Amino acid sequence: MGLLDQKFENANVVVTTMDKLLNWARLSSLWQMQFGLACCAIEMMAASASNFDMMRFGVIPRATPRQCDVMIVSGTVTLKMASRIKRLYDQMSEPRYVISMGSCSNCGGPYWEHGYHVLKGVDRVIPVDVYVPGCPPRPEALIEGLIKLQEKIRNESMAKKKAV
Amino acid sequence: MLTDFGRILAFFIVGAVFTAGGLIASWLLRPNRPYQQKLSTYECGEEPIGESRIKFNVRFYVVALIFLVFEVEVIFLFPWAMVFKQFGMFAFLEMLFFLAILIVGYAYVWMKGDLEWDKPIPEFFAKAKKSIFEEQEETVTP
Repeated sequence: MGLLDQKFENANVVVTTMDKLLNWARLSSLWQMQFGLACCAIEMMAASASNFDMMRFGVIPRATPRQCDVMIVSGTVTLKMASRIKRLYDQMSEPRYVISMGSCSNCGGPYWEHGYHVLKGVDRVIPVDVYVPGCPPRPEALIEGLIKLQEKIRNESMAKKKAV
Repeated sequence: MLTDFGRILAFFIVGAVFTAGGLIASWLLRPNRPYQQKLSTYECGEEPIGESRIKFNVRFYVVALIFLVFEVEVIFLFPWAMVFKQFGMFAFLEMLFFLAILIVGYAYVWMKGDLEWDKPIPEFFAKAKKSIFEEQEETVTP
């Protein structure tokens, strides 16, 4: 069936209310895929720990992609890891979001020219919702990226887009 | 009014309706976009190799059986301990008799050597042992 897969022609009060409810539910419990790739992962851990406490935004690390909503690609994506990341992203259930954290996963970072083993940006294998710049970004920056993602989710709608 | 079993039935009905309601509602609502990579087995990002059903060593069978017998013994011991004071000496002797039967079985298993777990020697070491200790001459004269 999948009612949530459908796009509705006219955005009446039922659709918009349902939108609000679903978006609120989704953005306040963004469960995170638990894996770190490089030094950015240390900052991500710090963001999860008590000082920055990402859990107050509903971000809980989960050990399996089936339960996850957001994948934080934290660090250098090597070519070897890229196929794994693609597979893990495929195994997540919809709706799924990706935060690309740090220069390496944004565009290759310091390996942009001579890194023979580094993927030049994780967006070459999976769609990215939010890019967090920095090398590595501080936990505050990651939290800002998270809030940006929440804003993006808040504006999602099941109504069909109309040409302006 | 409901009888005691009626209440249990009510619990069953509410439980069944609640579970089925949740499953049906999520089936109606959830996004459903299956494809092959998504349905593949999660193996920490690696491609899974082989089946998840594997063969266990047949020796676990004996261990499991013995474990089962003594687990049942414990299950019998708990209610026995609850009513021990009411029945007194009779209950004590009765349980001694019961334990004795089980201990005979335990002794039998021990005697037959089912509790010993002899490790199979890998082929390489087995060969080395044979050539060094037992039949040295045989290797010299082919």
